[in-house]
Amino acid sequence: MNAAIGAVRGAATSSVLWAILGGLVVGALITLAAGHDPVAVYGEILAGAVVGPNLAETVARAVPLVGMTLVAAIPLRGGMVNLGGDGQLVLGGMVAALVALYLPAPGAVRLAAAILAAMAVSGAYAALAAWGEVKFGVPLLISTLLLSYPAKGVTSYLARFPLRDPSTGMPETFRVEEAARLPVLVPGTPITWGLVLLLLVIAAVVFTDRRGTAGYELRLRGLNPRFTAYGGVDLGRQTVRVLFASGAVAGLVGAILVLGDQFRFTDGALLSPAYTWSGLMAALLAMGEPVGAVCAGLFFAALQTGGFAMERATEVPRVLTLVLQAVIILLLAMRHGLRRR
Amino acid sequence: MDWLSLFNAVLFAQTIQAVTPILLAALAGVLCDRAGVFNIALEGQMLIGAFAAIAGTYYTGSVAGGVAVALAGTIAFSAILAFGATWLRGDPIVIGIGLNLLASGLTAFLLRILFGVSGTFTDPTMQDLPRIVIPRIAAMPWFNRVFGGHSVVTWAAWILVVVIAVFLFRTVWGLRLRGIGERPDAAETLGADVAGSRIAAVLAGGALCGLAGAQLSLGSVTLFAEDMSAGRGWIAVVAVMLGRGHPVGVALACLLFGFADAAGLRLQGRGLPNQLTDMAPYVITLVALVVARGRRRRGAMA
Repeated sequence: MNAAIGAVRGAATSSVLWAILGGLVVGALITLAAGHDPVAVYGEILAGAVVGPNLAETVARAVPLVGMTLVAAIPLRGGMVNLGGDGQLVLGGMVAALVALYLPAPGAVRLAAAILAAMAVSGAYAALAAWGEVKFGVPLLISTLLLSYPAKGVTSYLARFPLRDPSTGMPETFRVEEAARLPVLVPGTPITWGLVLLLLVIAAVVFTDRRGTAGYELRLRGLNPRFTAYGGVDLGRQTVRVLFASGAVAGLVGAILVLGDQFRFTDGALLSPAYTWSGLMAALLAMGEPVGAVCAGLFFAALQTGGFAMERATEVPRVLTLVLQAVIILLLAMRHGLRRR
Repeated sequence: MDWLSLFNAVLFAQTIQAVTPILLAALAGVLCDRAGVFNIALEGQMLIGAFAAIAGTYYTGSVAGGVAVALAGTIAFSAILAFGATWLRGDPIVIGIGLNLLASGLTAFLLRILFGVSGTFTDPTMQDLPRIVIPRIAAMPWFNRVFGGHSVVTWAAWILVVVIAVFLFRTVWGLRLRGIGERPDAAETLGADVAGSRIAAVLAGGALCGLAGAQLSLGSVTLFAEDMSAGRGWIAVVAVMLGRGHPVGVALACLLFGFADAAGLRLQGRGLPNQLTDMAPYVITLVALVVARGRRRRGAMA
């Protein structure tokens, strides 16, 4: 009983919950100002996220979003920011499509090779940004972000010109054949084996964070980089490794989306749901702590899925959910400040 | 392909055009950097400015009204960073990331609510920024092609480079602001109002970003498109680093990116796909950063 009261009291003073509550209040004010009923709007979001088949929809959306949350959370745990998730995501998607389309091997082998290749290439691309900081002193925040643009440009070019499927009117590659796709996990829903892959990654990240040496060293760095270096950790090598891991997860998300959902690389399709930025927000909400980040990612996935239903039912633009996410992060940033004072 | 013919008057005119919004945002970055606030929200501030400029022009029926709304709207938006990073002691990087997302979401939301469209909004009744004709320049054909017909804001941007340089290095307030950025504790001991000065610097930067946004949406085109700032604010952040926080150095860095942007546009005209030419400013930015390694200024940068 006491424990329960303690938990309730802990939750009440938790700045995250206050930030979410504040975000919902701001969102309600915005919907009121736009001439809509906030109770109806939030009701539609909730129903659209969890009722009936919508729940499966939320889970399916959570796979890429929670994946991109980990992409941001892994470096954030050590006080580093990876803003290049978009570039790493499209690179992974393109590599997965290429291998699945053109590798001369049986279907299952092609599928595995496509996923691994996507992870390796995206990981290496993120590590390149880390190398830019370690070797040339280009801040990671900037090097990851700037490297995103060439990745987006090149994949867009490839999908539009040399690799384009001329039979569709869209800028996209050919369709990956059935054998090399990620199989459906729950029949009748959009949930594929990508969910299992993601759960494995979550387990690996949480285990490394709680029990592994690398996780310990990374948490230490998040608390105090100088002390970590003094303790014998080579910060440069750590930066490169952590960014490789972060980029590899982004590559995996790209592969899951291409091989399990869209079956081809379509220019812009991976970026338009803004998984990278929602994921970054979710990771910031938990300050990089992996279990909290996964929960925050789930919450944002539910918010996004509910946003579609809300838009259909109330004609309030679903981009409102993006505004909500941003407001929550801003309120959290300020509450942290108030507590430190 | 005749490469030399790329370097004609049109290229330089396009460079000047491409530079203006980046330069104004970078000057905002200079003020914040000198005051000791790492501002990565330039992208979002510019986007809010672009939207407010269009909305203001549409509702007031005048370009001047549009610019006024852009200034007011962006200053108000910047207040979140100004007060959040000082009084409320939030992390400027987290606030910056939040503001960029908020700007992207809020402008898209308002575009649908106010104008009932998604993607882009334009209206034939709206006018663009007045252009300046200088008779002396207009008389010389080559100069006219490079310098003629630029908007008021373009000329204002270059005047502001000088004004801000003089302010920072030739006035008492500028000295105080630099002191606050470099040694906040020492400045505080000497009686300077650290938080107040930082708030003022961020809000003044907001006004500059408002102008940058107005140039984007009312300069060469008269429309608002979702996420039309398209990474320019980030290039401005890099320009501040490359120019080491000095307005003249920063202006030179901006010229480099503007040139890359314009050259990309020209190459596009020669048949190169725009997916590849659009990368030019970012690649040039990265290369410039790598070349300038070790010359990095410490301080406000986290």
